[in-house]
Order: sequence, then C-alpha cells, then structure tokens
Amino acid sequence: MTRHTKIYWAGFAVVMAVLIVAPLVLPEFWRRFLTEVLIWGLLAMSSDLLIGYTGMISFGHSAFFGLGMYGAAAALLMFSPPNLWLAIGFGLVGAAGAALFVAYFSTRLRDIYFAITTLIFSQIFYVIIFTWTKVTGGENGLIFTRPHFSIPYLFDIRFTSTTLHWFVLAVVTGSYLILRRVTQSPFGMVLQSIRENETRTRAIGYPVQRYKIVSVMLSGIFAGLAGVLYAVQNEFAAPDFVYFVTSGDTVIFNVIGGIGTLVGPIVGAGFFQLLRELMSRIFGDQFPYLIPVGFIFIAMIIFLQQGLLGFARRWLNK
Amino acid sequence: MDAVVHFFQNFPYELLLIQTINGIVTGMILALVASGLTLIFGIMDVVNFAHGELFMLGAYVGIIVISSTGNFWLALVLSSLIVGILGAAIQVTTLRPLLGRDPLNTILATFGVSLILQNFALWQFGPVSRKIDQPVTTHFQLFYLQYPWYRILIAVLSAAMIGGLYAFLKYGKFGIWIRATTQDRVMAQAMGIPVPLVHTGVFALGAAMAAASGVLFGPLGSINHTMGLDWVLKAFIVVVVGGMGNLGGSILAAIFISLLEAYASIWVDPSQAVIVSFVVLILTLLFRPTGLFATPK
Repeated sequence: MTRHTKIYWAGFAVVMAVLIVAPLVLPEFWRRFLTEVLIWGLLAMSSDLLIGYTGMISFGHSAFFGLGMYGAAAALLMFSPPNLWLAIGFGLVGAAGAALFVAYFSTRLRDIYFAITTLIFSQIFYVIIFTWTKVTGGENGLIFTRPHFSIPYLFDIRFTSTTLHWFVLAVVTGSYLILRRVTQSPFGMVLQSIRENETRTRAIGYPVQRYKIVSVMLSGIFAGLAGVLYAVQNEFAAPDFVYFVTSGDTVIFNVIGGIGTLVGPIVGAGFFQLLRELMSRIFGDQFPYLIPVGFIFIAMIIFLQQGLLGFARRWLNK
Repeated sequence: MDAVVHFFQNFPYELLLIQTINGIVTGMILALVASGLTLIFGIMDVVNFAHGELFMLGAYVGIIVISSTGNFWLALVLSSLIVGILGAAIQVTTLRPLLGRDPLNTILATFGVSLILQNFALWQFGPVSRKIDQPVTTHFQLFYLQYPWYRILIAVLSAAMIGGLYAFLKYGKFGIWIRATTQDRVMAQAMGIPVPLVHTGVFALGAAMAAASGVLFGPLGSINHTMGLDWVLKAFIVVVVGGMGNLGGSILAAIFISLLEAYASIWVDPSQAVIVSFVVLILTLLFRPTGLFATPK
C-alpha cells in the first residue's frame, strides 16, 4: 500500500463514518436534506463521467433522471405490494432505453453540438411525458407509496428516514466506487484520451463513437438510479423533473463542485442546496436564489475553472 | 381506396392555406431569432444559450415602454436598443475573459447568464403571463376567417430586418469587418480590424435582433419568464438543421420547420406539434449531419 492509497482510504472511511452517523444526530429536516443532497450528488456524479472524463457536456440528464423516476413509478403502481428491487430494475431499464436513444443520435456530433442535441432530446421526453396524460398523469404526475426494504424469505422492513438515508448512502457509495473503477480502467483511459484528443484517439484505432455511446449509456443508467432513489424518497414522479431545469442544475453542481473528480459534483450539489436553503431562510421563500447562484457560476467558470475540489483532482484520480 | 378519396374530399384546403401563412409568419420571427444566434456563433464560436432570454427580455422591455408611452414602434426600437446595450455588457463581462478557451466554456457561461436573466424576469415581473396589444388591428377576409394584417406585417418586417442584416454584412464597413473576422480572426487583427470591438458589436447586434423579435412576437402569444427556453430550443433546432453558422440555411430551416409545425397542428395539439421539429432534427442528424441546407465544401 502506498502512502497515497492509505490516506485516500482513510479519508474515505472518515467521510463514510460521518455520513453514516449523521442521520442519527441530525433533526428530521436536515436528515431528509442530506439524503436529497446524496441523490442529487449521484445525478451530478453520473454526468461528471461525461463532462469530466469524456469531455462531453450533457444538457439532457433530466431525461435519464426522469425516465428512472417514471420507470420506478410504473413498477410501484403495477405490482402489489410495491417492490423496491422491481422499481430499481424498471427505472434502470427506462433510463438505459432513453440513454441508448440519446446516445445513438447525439454522439454523431461533437462539443457544443452534442450539448445542444442532448438538450433537445431531453425535451422530447419531457413533451411526451407531459402530454401523454393517460399513462404518465400529465402535469400532475404520479403518486405512489414507498416500497419496503425487503429480501424475499429473509426480511421485510419499512423504511424510516434514517434507514432510507443509509440505503441511499449505500447506493451512492457503491455507484461512486463503480464509477471510480470505470474511470481508472483501460476503458476509462480511452474516454479520457477522447477528452484530450479525439482525432488522435481515432487515429490510434479506437472506435470512438462506440466508446462515446457506452459512456453516455453508463452515465444515463446512473442518472436513472438517482431518479429511482428520488422517486422512492418522495413518493411521486412529476414532469417538472424531466424538464430542462434538472439538467441545468446538474451542470451547475458539476461546475461548482469541480469536474473530473466524481466526488466534486456531490460537494457541488451540497453547496448549491445549502446556499438555496440558507438564502430562502434569510431572505424569504420568494427570493430568487438562482440569481446569486448564476453569478457564482459565471465567476467560477472565469476564475476558478476547476471548481471547489479542483485542487484535489489529480490526487483523487490516482 | 375509399378512405383515400374520403380523405381528399374532406381535406381542409382553406385551413391548409391559413396554416401556410401562419407558418411563414412564425417562421420569419424564428428566422430573425436564429440569424442572431447564427451570427454570434459564426463570428465567435459562441453558442449563446441566453439568446432565448434576450428574446424574452426584449418582450418585457417592450411591455414597459408601451405601458408608459403607448407607442408600439417606439417600443420596438427602444427595446432593441436597450437589450443590445445589455448584450454588449454581457459580452464584455462574461465572454471576453473566455476568449481563446474551449468553446464549451462559453456555452456554460451563457447558460449562467440565462439563469440570471430568467430569474431576474421572474423576480421583477412575476410568474403571470402578459400580453402586448396589437398595434395594427385591421383585418382582411381570408375564406371564413378575419385574418389580422399585423401578422403579415410581422413577416414583412422580419424579412426586412434580415435583408437589412444581409446588406449590412455585404456592404457596410462594420459588416465587412465582421465577415473578415469570421474568415480569419488573427489575420483580421493584423490588418488593423479591432477584433474585440467586432465581437462586442456582433453580440450586441444579435441581442438587439432577439429583442426585436421578442417585441414583434409579443401580440401573438403570451409573455412569461420561461418562454426563452422554447425559443432557444427552436432556434437551436433550426441552426442544426440549417447547418451551423450558415445564415441562409437557418432562414430556410426556420420557415421549413415552422410550416411543418403549423401543418401538424391541423391534426394534433400544438404542444405535440413540437415533436415534428424533433423528428426533422433526428432525420437530419441521421442523413445530413452537416445540415439540410449546408453547401458542400
């Protein structure tokens, strides 16, 4: 074990310990808040695989998040009693389907064109979900009950806000470890080489488009997982979450937290949500908190391109 | 066979003609929005995410001017002017520092600008939709319909503005500077063209065009703080379908897509008619990724 790995895993253990103990000491509101930050963090982290590692900005992650949400809703409404694992399965299949569709078309284009087409494609899903009232509930969305945490024949317990937090934490941590492994694998190295120099990567002989499609799909699946978790936590699915605002927030989390670090986007999500909560407490609910956030966002792009955790980027990826 | 005959016998030909005119009218507004976007992209490699918000802000400034002076045409001019100056300010403060960086940075920065402008509008003007009164209220007879002259006027005015832009780019001194900068930024600078000024000027021009189209559109639909996204999305589709950075292509694409949407809304709900333009985009990406109206290089 090198010194780096020792410090890295020690830091990992400390953060995990804090997050495990947190729901036991925090009041109800902040417990839910922390769980939600983790879910948004997972969404942002999934998008970081594209922004930070493959060098493609997605403005369409709301589609994957939303399909995960509605997939989970479908499973929870169709099967009685509602089953958590079916919800996750349905959500992931929904998100993967959306991701395949988006990836197939938008990876034909590069840079800004990719960003624009992902945005347009996510809007297709929004229009479909918003107008297909019979199936999706249209503007009102869908309401369902939270499934139990169960393994057949072994146990079956009801989620409390504390156990739900632990469940979300376990999923997000697992996703982080998988994504970290992916980015350090030979596959991840190819993605990073596409970011650095796409033409050269192609010249070396890698099928660049296939790599891009897989990376968009992988990213979409984890975004869908975040959507499932959000649906399970809040017991509803609404078209607002498929709308562009969610994609925009995802990009903000990434830029504020620091792209290419995986944990940065989670920190960014926490920073964003905390800022929003504080501002609405100080200045009232009607305060347009996105105006100061927008100024911070632009200032960060100009002066602090690496984001909050940018200083640790190299170290975190070692 | 019978079904086909029945379809053509009951085909709403009058409606088709009306929708053709409607399609051209919205197509011309869209062309005006998209040509500003294309101009900015062609010169600076900047995809202006805030373009829809400039459109929206243009409409709101128009409302303010109209409510205090009562003159629509003054509002059109003043709104373009004010939003144009705002555009110059945005370019100097957020885009100039990013010059020479990855174009992805500029799309992020303009996204930040759109966030600020949109929430500023929500904060100042509230979430309730507003409307601008039509400055020309006369109608003419079109089949069973009283068709407003104002719509025809919009199409003519938009065409005039686009034509003016074209002439300006072709013959005006600043226009020639702009075209030189598009071709080769470094060379243009070496020849003594003030490139930073050209960049600011072009952004201001694009912003002013967006604002003008916002005011023109005002009487046709409702104005609210979220309308920017719809327009910038449509303009993006137009720009991709028309071929990025291709002014003529984006004008043709704007009219083409608006016509298709107008025809589609004969049979389906207008909110679903948007899907037609998405389909056009997908087909374009599949078969002509460089744009339907792109000139082969």
